[in-house]
Order: sequence, then structure tokens, then C-alpha cells
Amino acid sequence: MSSKLNLDIDSIKKARSAARTIAEDVQQFIDQHSTVTVERTIARLLGIDGVDDGEYPLPNVLVDHIRQNGGMAQGVAFWLGNAMVYSGKNPQEIAEAVAGGDMEITKLPPQNMEAIKTAINSIAQSTVDRIKSNREKRDDFIENVGEGKKPYLYVIVATGNIYEDAIQAQAAARQGADVIAVIRSTAQSLLDYVPYGATTEGFGGTFATQENFRVMRKALDEVGEEVGRYIRLCNYCSGLCMPEIAAMGAMERLDVMLNDALYGILFRDINMQRTLIDQYFSRIINGYAGIIINTGEDNYLTTADAVEEAHTVLASQFINEQFALKAGIPEEQMGLGHAFEMNPDLTNGFLWELAQAQMAREIFPKAPLKYMPPTKFMTGDIFKGHIQNALFNLISIWTGQGIQLLGMLTEAIHTPHLHDRALSIDNAKYIFNNCKDLGDEIVFKEDGIIQKRAHEVVTMAADLLQQIQEDGLFKTIEEGKFGGVKRSRDGGKGLEGVVKKAEGYFNPFIEMMLGEGK
Amino acid sequence: MAVEKIDYTQVKPYGDTLNDGMVQMSFTLPVPYGEEAKEAARRLALKMGLDEPSVVHAKDLGIGFTYFVVYGKCQHTVDYSSIEVVKVDVDTMSKDEVEDFIEANIKRDIVVVGACTGTDAHTVGIDAIMNMKGYDGHYGLERYKGIEAYNMGSQVPNEELVAKAIEVNADVILVSQVVTQKDVHIPNLTELVELLEAEGIRDKIVLACGGPRLSHELAKELGYDAGFGTGSYAEDVASFAVNEIVKRNLI
Repeated sequence: MSSKLNLDIDSIKKARSAARTIAEDVQQFIDQHSTVTVERTIARLLGIDGVDDGEYPLPNVLVDHIRQNGGMAQGVAFWLGNAMVYSGKNPQEIAEAVAGGDMEITKLPPQNMEAIKTAINSIAQSTVDRIKSNREKRDDFIENVGEGKKPYLYVIVATGNIYEDAIQAQAAARQGADVIAVIRSTAQSLLDYVPYGATTEGFGGTFATQENFRVMRKALDEVGEEVGRYIRLCNYCSGLCMPEIAAMGAMERLDVMLNDALYGILFRDINMQRTLIDQYFSRIINGYAGIIINTGEDNYLTTADAVEEAHTVLASQFINEQFALKAGIPEEQMGLGHAFEMNPDLTNGFLWELAQAQMAREIFPKAPLKYMPPTKFMTGDIFKGHIQNALFNLISIWTGQGIQLLGMLTEAIHTPHLHDRALSIDNAKYIFNNCKDLGDEIVFKEDGIIQKRAHEVVTMAADLLQQIQEDGLFKTIEEGKFGGVKRSRDGGKGLEGVVKKAEGYFNPFIEMMLGEGK
Repeated sequence: MAVEKIDYTQVKPYGDTLNDGMVQMSFTLPVPYGEEAKEAARRLALKMGLDEPSVVHAKDLGIGFTYFVVYGKCQHTVDYSSIEVVKVDVDTMSKDEVEDFIEANIKRDIVVVGACTGTDAHTVGIDAIMNMKGYDGHYGLERYKGIEAYNMGSQVPNEELVAKAIEVNADVILVSQVVTQKDVHIPNLTELVELLEAEGIRDKIVLACGGPRLSHELAKELGYDAGFGTGSYAEDVASFAVNEIVKRNLI
């Protein structure tokens, strides 16, 4: 694609290179550490599932036990492997024995390290193969049945009851939706465990559980066959259980995951060390599973001003891109986020939004960009809201966005009603069809409002990234440069779950998932 | 053309002629799309008190449900002339005037703690009132001279909000409730009042709530000093708060 914005290639290179240095700097820290949820993820991927006493997940029971006995630094894979070689039991049996008080896993006699790794690797390989076969199933479905055209129409369901969600999701797919996101129950991101089983009650959303993933996957495959399009399932790989959600999603063939390197830090006050370590493993899993990640830069503009802070969105996209590359996520799976959030009263605001959307498209040419609808300036005037969403849709088709999170005319009033979703889908379908090739036909005036706006944002983002490169990412967040939110390095939730790895620590999945080429 | 005089004791909706009663509405019925569905929508509109209901649009929603747009003529009237609504009774001052008012009448900094409480994760309301930047050109309380503002963000439990208010010796507590499910904001707002009463600090604090589903009248009913709906800005809230502090002698 030739640049319509005449973007300054040098500024973009400078920005990307600074972002790479920033990510590498943090990566050294990440490589030396693990967290409780990373360890629970390894336990899950080694086949441990189920709950103790009807509620508390076995992966938590096991990791808590190892932690209380001071064994976290060696990692759960080591202890499980050791117990397997010693007892001949499989990981599930071992976890049940630990839960039942029949085994003290850290007190067993040490076994031969080679034997431990062999035991663990054979189970790990079978899980990795299962995830790989899910990836193939998705590819087959898309090849044989088909898929929607980009921008994918993305809608949310949020009834709290997974079975009700499944009905609403099928309705949305029949109306034309391509991606269904099941909004999580409020505050799930702050739980340090993943709830278990099918759930029928939630607040403002539905709990993310592996069983709920399965229920929804089945419903979407059914309706996908019927409508002749693969319907993608999206959930939220964020919060204190980021990599566990990724593992569950990989095993149940989710397709899209909200998965931002910084979101939890800024908007959920999760400790920054914890989140940065967690995002790495979660992204390795998402990358391997063929899951499109969605980053959350759009959120900056709900707290900060969309005109003044546009460059922070771009800077963060560059950083998210580099972290994603580190975790083996190809560009085609990077749904970098941005949003249509300017005050509608601005003169020529549409031109500025257009400039920014086109800019993101040109800077990240292969990424299925996730474009978020107006929320901040949505009022109870549903008629105006419908028009705001129409302008947003127009920019999306014009600039070739990847994933279109459909705006609801009733935003800021209630979670979407059945017909709100239908009206939004109609709105997008009308505009996407009616303006399909608009982007190929229209060029922008040299040095006009649109080109100038894009230049300005790129320059400011490059400067910000240079500054972050000098200061380091931790300090930048401490100073509140993203979304105007300040977080301290040792503050927030979940720091106690961070551990420095000891000699002999191993996580078999990193090598298997990163090593094996796509 | 002579315009008919409006009778404020009996008003009804206006479409293009006085007292035509014209109402537009839309809704979904859990019935499959078809002529029977349209007839069902028409009959329902009749039961709602609409004369000559007309189903102008019906759309199949895909799961045996149908969406309608309906027009009809409302039979009912209301007596506008007898209506009295409880409103926040204060003249809104500008940011500068509020600052001067604090300096002249309170003579110290006032402390405001705000939060989006309970399960609500939408900070757009509390941010609009409190954040430096404010909303739509109206600066937030953080920028006011004479106001020390603490915005605790989203999903704050009532207990934490009360603890913070005690810790920083708050004069004013602001609670935002934007998107809530199944009316959970009502018990949540009530609980805060109960906690403040239990701590014995309710009378020492100016307590206000805000959000699209809150009115001043509802707020008063729930035990708040004021409620602010959509379209309120920082200066509306600040004007009320500083006046209330003086009025209740909380200086």
C-alpha cells in the first residue's frame, strides 16, 4: 500500500527502534521471573483441572502448597516432574494427592533431572499438539465453510448466564456478527484464580471459565455451519490470571483475546512487574494457538483526551508490537487497539479521526487493527449515537480496519438489548457495503489537515518513545504518561505472586511454543 | 394560521398538530417474524393506551424474535401546571467564583473524595467531574484552587471509600454510578449511607451521587444531599458542595 499520508519513514523507524529497546530492557527482567499464575498455567497445561471442596481450583491448591513450602523458585514443572518420576502418578493424581493432604510434593526425594524433564516433556508435548490441532481445526473450518470479510463485525454479549449468552450470540451471528466477545463478570480480573464450571450468574458480564468457553465454542460452531461463516470467539486475557485464561482459551479454541501488556497496570491497578511477566507467557500461548490478540490502547482515550493524547496510543501500540514479537506473535495476529473518541463538537474532528485511523493502518500494515467505537461522548440521545457510530463505521471501511467493535446506540445507558445489537450490525453492514472501495478511490491533499495531523501524531509518539527509552518503562508508568494514570513499581495488586527463578527452573512450554515455527 | 392555545392542565404528545398525541417507540417481541407478529405488536400498543397504532417496521432478529417500530396516538394527558420537581437548589458558580467562595467563606482547603463504587467499572462520570482535564471544556475538581481532590477510580467497595474519607478527613464524598445491571446501584448507594451513619460521620459530610439513572429526587430519597444527572459538570457539583458546607456550618 502506498502512503496516503506521506508519513515520515525515519520517524517511524526511530519510534520502532526505541520501542524495541524498551521491550528488550523489560524482557531481561521478565526472563528472570515467574508468577503464581504462570505456574498455575503450567499446571493446567500439564493436565491439572477441577476444584477442591467445590470451589478452589486444583492448580491453585498445588501452587499454593509449593509456595508455602518455599519451592516456587524451582517452578511447578520441576516439582511435578520430580513427583511423577518418584511416584509414577500423573499430574492430576499428584494434585489430588496434594489437595487431600496425602503428598508433600516439595519433600519427596530428588530424582534424576533428565528423567524429570522427559516425564514432563512428554505430557507437555501432547498438550501442545492438542493446541496445534485446534489451530488446524480453525483453519479447516475457515477454508471449508468460510469467514466474514474484514473489518470483522465484533459484538459483545453480557447476560451473566452462559446459556443465555449462547442464544444471544447465535442471534448476533445470524444477523451478521463475525466475532462474539463474552464480557467478563465485573471484577473477575482481580480474582487470583479462575472460577470453575458453567456459570449462570454474573455482574455486568459472565465469568470466564473453561466450561463456559466450551459451551460458547459449541454454540458458535453450530451457528457458523448454518450461516456459512466461521464465528470467532473472544474473551479477556487480562487481570491476575492472564496466562491461565490464555491456556484455557488455547485448549477450547478461542480466536481472539484482549491481551494488553499495560492495561491491567493502568486500569485495574495490578502490579506492573506481575503484569509484564504474565503477559509474556500469555502471549506465547496466544501466539502459538493462532489467537488474535487485542490490545487496549483505546482505553487511554476514555480517561485522557483523544486529541491531545493520540500519540500515547501510537507509542503504546509500538511497545505492544515489540512485546508481542518477543512472545512469537506474528503481525497478522496483532489486533492493536485504537478508538474513535473525539468530542463530536470539534470542527473537523472527523478528519482528525480519519488521519489517525489511516496512520495506524499504514504503520502496522499487516495487523488486524481493533477499532473501538465512541463511548465517552455518547449521550442518552440514541439517534445521535447511531450517527456517531455511522461516522465511526465510515472511517473503518475507508481505512481498512481489521476488527470493528460495533458501537451501540444505547452505550452509556445499559448493556446491549437484543435489537440494539441488530441495529448496530445493520448500520455497519450498510456502510461497509455502500462504501466498500472508498479507500482505493480517495487520496488526501498534500499538506492538508489530514496529512498534517498524522505527521504531528507520529512525531510526538517518536519523541515520547525516545523519552521512555531513556527513562525505562517502569519509570514512565510511574509518571503517568499513559492514560494519565500513575502506578508505582511496587504498588498495586499481585506483587506477592512474583518470584525470582532459581537454578534448574524450567517451563517446557516456552521452548515448545516459541521454538516450533508457525 | 391561528395557533391553538396550549392547555397546560392537559398536555399530550405533539407530532405535527397540537394534541395529536403522536408517540414513536420500538421494542422486540419474542415471537417469529410475520403478519401475526405485527398484529401482536399492534395489539400491545393498543393496550399501552395508543390509539390507531401503526407498525411501520418489523424485522426478523434471527432467533424467532421480531423487532418493531410503532407509532400511535396517546390517549392520556398530564397536568403540567401542577408539577413540582425537587432540584438541586443552588446557583451554579464558575470555577473562579467557586475558588473565591472557598477563600472568602470557608478559609481553608476542602477535601473531596470520589469513586465509582460497587461493581461499576465505568469511570467516565467521576473522571468528568474530578480529573484535572474535566469534560467538554469544564475543568475537573483536581484543578480547583482550594479543593484537594482524591479520585479513587472504579469498583471501589463502599468500605474502602469510607475508610479513605476518614483517613483524609473528607468534607465531600462523590459517588458515581454509570452502568449497573439489575438496579444494583440502589442497594449499593444505600449501603454507603448506612456505613457513614454507622461510623457517625454522615452529618459531617456533604454526600452526593451522580449518573445517568440518578435524579436529585432519587438521591434525596436514598439519603444523599444531592444527585446529579447527565449534563452536570464539575462547577455544578462544586457550587452545591461549597454552599452546603457553609449552610450546614461544616467550616
